[in-house]
Amino acid sequence: MSTMELTEKEPIQTITPGTEISGSQAVLEALIHEGVHTVFGYPGGAIMPIYDALYDYNDKIKHILVRHEQGGIHAAQGFARTSGKVGVAFATSGPGATNLVTGLADAMIDSNPIVCITGQVFASLLGTDAFQETDVINITSPITKWNYQVTDANEIPAVLAKAFYIARTGRPGPVLIDITKNAQIQLFNYKGYEACTHVRSYRPAPIVRNEYIEQAAEIINAAKKPFVLFGQGVILGKAEQEFKAFIEKGGFPSATTVMGLSALETDHHLHVGMLGMHGNYAPNVMTNECDVLIAVGMRFDDRVTGRLDKYAKQAKVIHLDIDPAEIDKNVKTTVPVWGDCKETLPLLTRAIQANDHAAWLQQFRELEKEEIKEVIQDELNPTGDMMTMGEVVRVLNELSGGNAIVVTDVGQHQMVACRYAKFNQSKSNVTSGGLGTMGFGLPAAIGAWYGDPERDVVAIIGDGGFQMTLQELGTIMQFGAKVKILILNNQFLGMVRQWQQLFNDKRYSFVNITSPDFVALAKSYYIDGQKISERKDLETALKTMLEHDGAYLLEVMVGKENNVFPMVAQGTSVSEIRLK
Amino acid sequence: MEKQEFTITLYTENSIGMIGRISNIFSRRKINIESLNTSPSEVEGIHRFTIVTAETEEVIRKLCRQLEKLVDVLKAYYNTNDELIWQEQALYKVPADVVAEKVYVERLLRQYGANAVVIRNDYIVFETAGHREEIDRLTEELTPYGLIEFVRGARIAIIKASAGFHSKLKKFEQREPSPEIVENEFLSEQDKVFTM
Repeated sequence: MSTMELTEKEPIQTITPGTEISGSQAVLEALIHEGVHTVFGYPGGAIMPIYDALYDYNDKIKHILVRHEQGGIHAAQGFARTSGKVGVAFATSGPGATNLVTGLADAMIDSNPIVCITGQVFASLLGTDAFQETDVINITSPITKWNYQVTDANEIPAVLAKAFYIARTGRPGPVLIDITKNAQIQLFNYKGYEACTHVRSYRPAPIVRNEYIEQAAEIINAAKKPFVLFGQGVILGKAEQEFKAFIEKGGFPSATTVMGLSALETDHHLHVGMLGMHGNYAPNVMTNECDVLIAVGMRFDDRVTGRLDKYAKQAKVIHLDIDPAEIDKNVKTTVPVWGDCKETLPLLTRAIQANDHAAWLQQFRELEKEEIKEVIQDELNPTGDMMTMGEVVRVLNELSGGNAIVVTDVGQHQMVACRYAKFNQSKSNVTSGGLGTMGFGLPAAIGAWYGDPERDVVAIIGDGGFQMTLQELGTIMQFGAKVKILILNNQFLGMVRQWQQLFNDKRYSFVNITSPDFVALAKSYYIDGQKISERKDLETALKTMLEHDGAYLLEVMVGKENNVFPMVAQGTSVSEIRLK
Repeated sequence: MEKQEFTITLYTENSIGMIGRISNIFSRRKINIESLNTSPSEVEGIHRFTIVTAETEEVIRKLCRQLEKLVDVLKAYYNTNDELIWQEQALYKVPADVVAEKVYVERLLRQYGANAVVIRNDYIVFETAGHREEIDRLTEELTPYGLIEFVRGARIAIIKASAGFHSKLKKFEQREPSPEIVENEFLSEQDKVFTM
């Protein structure tokens, strides 16, 4: 055992193959080989051997002790979104693992590359209702891209290599590896770590077919009114430049989904706004006016399409996606351009003719003027006494110049932030898009900061969502993530209230939520902050928040019964979008 | 599109929990599995699932894409009945005296090509294989004569047009990306038997 003692005492680069090590060490070795330096986690009985090994890896792996496993996985998601790398979360068996479920579902639907490592009871106890035993593999199989239970330490290097490979390739997603305690303790002859580059039953991306590129180019070249919709696929594919070259050559008006925000800078002359239920007026209306719809790395979510049988029926649809299951899933495709858009976009750009659809683009701008007049003007520069969420975001834009990472929670503030926040660079918008997870914002912002600590991270959160995961203030207090928390407090669960107002005759059923003194709460965690209720204090307060060296909480009281408009009401067509 | 019976053939890795992962894809969409058989395939180490379900072709096609998306599934095919050779097996336990005394019962069993598997004083176990309708008809006819026990196996099916999985697996095993892997070989011929 002399080798063991040696390796445990010395700070090691990586363990030499042929050494006898424990399963737990193999886990940490795998992380180092995969370039993981930050892990979010929470210890417990069944994962104790890994935490014991972690004690010796302190100089190589930074472990952030969260206050709840849900916070751990949301932080890993935020980390993945701003760093473009795989986020890693640790949790113990039983309740530790079940607390990951919401985050896994969120990461699955938003395609976040995540690897979760959970402890499990001894293999000999599996199925005996042992203390803190939960069937985490079966619980999480519909909400993970892949999961696997390890009961023998010899499997660990290869399984973790496969986990990272599957999580980050193709359409990314969460992977969960459940490791029984005996495997964590077990000593085995370490044969080294080999990164995974191929799994025979798994194809990350379909092979690009030239005939589809040609067919798509033909349709695009003949188009009079082409319209591009882009989603997170552009960011996940690291294809921002390729995308820009494509739309610039073709002169295509381009609209983003919530998840695609920041893939193209907001001020780009071809950026015509956001799609969807609370998206912009022009892109929603024009969806039913265009003759060719080019969807890039997006999945036609129901919040984007509204009523499907009245969605872009007049248009030919070209769908670029890496996931074959997305083609024809919701919207019938004329030409499916399978493949990684990093690869397909340049091919398509080469095949299309340079064009300038100035008159067509102008039609978007005309509709935009209408939206400015009816909605945006009042939202961003209100004349009433109460502040609006939109004006807070406007002042934030002015101060940050569009350089901040904006993390949001879920609800009205999320839609307002996504509508009005300005983005100059990619990977700047972190939000729970598909699952709509309230409580996502604060922990995701912590992870977002670790993912890109050089940038300002502003977490815009509602008074409701903040109260779902506010315990993560403790994580900020202990580890010092410089997160700027901007609570937009309307004293309501605003989005539900808005629906109750519009569709349930103002029967405000349990949307009236009270809040603690958020600033005092922050102070109890030694985090500075202030609360403002008047417009005259807004700019100074936001400036103080941004300039503060460290985490900061700013609570802004906004109008109680403000609504988010425009809105595509459920069951209506995108062209029936209402401005009020 | 009308609902009709489809047989889905999956080639998968032999990993623990595959039935659960596969059935999740169905149950999540509230689609009932009418018959499910799992067996080894013509390729060593590769498992073959045969699943029967009644849905529209559009639903089945989407379902197969979701199934193929599972990391451990190599390939999903779907076929209508006329594209398959298929069989279901059944076992019948009938009182021995009935078979001895009633000539009709004996004739019935002969007519359906049933073979005696076990003969005892008190009962006889017959086995038969065929299409669902034939088995159902025999069951119906035997019921009045005191059928003690009956069980029918899941459908197993051979795809008429398939050349087997050996050559396909070789392509899968080559380190990707390889131009030989044609992911969407049948996409342009969507009425043909395969998916993707």
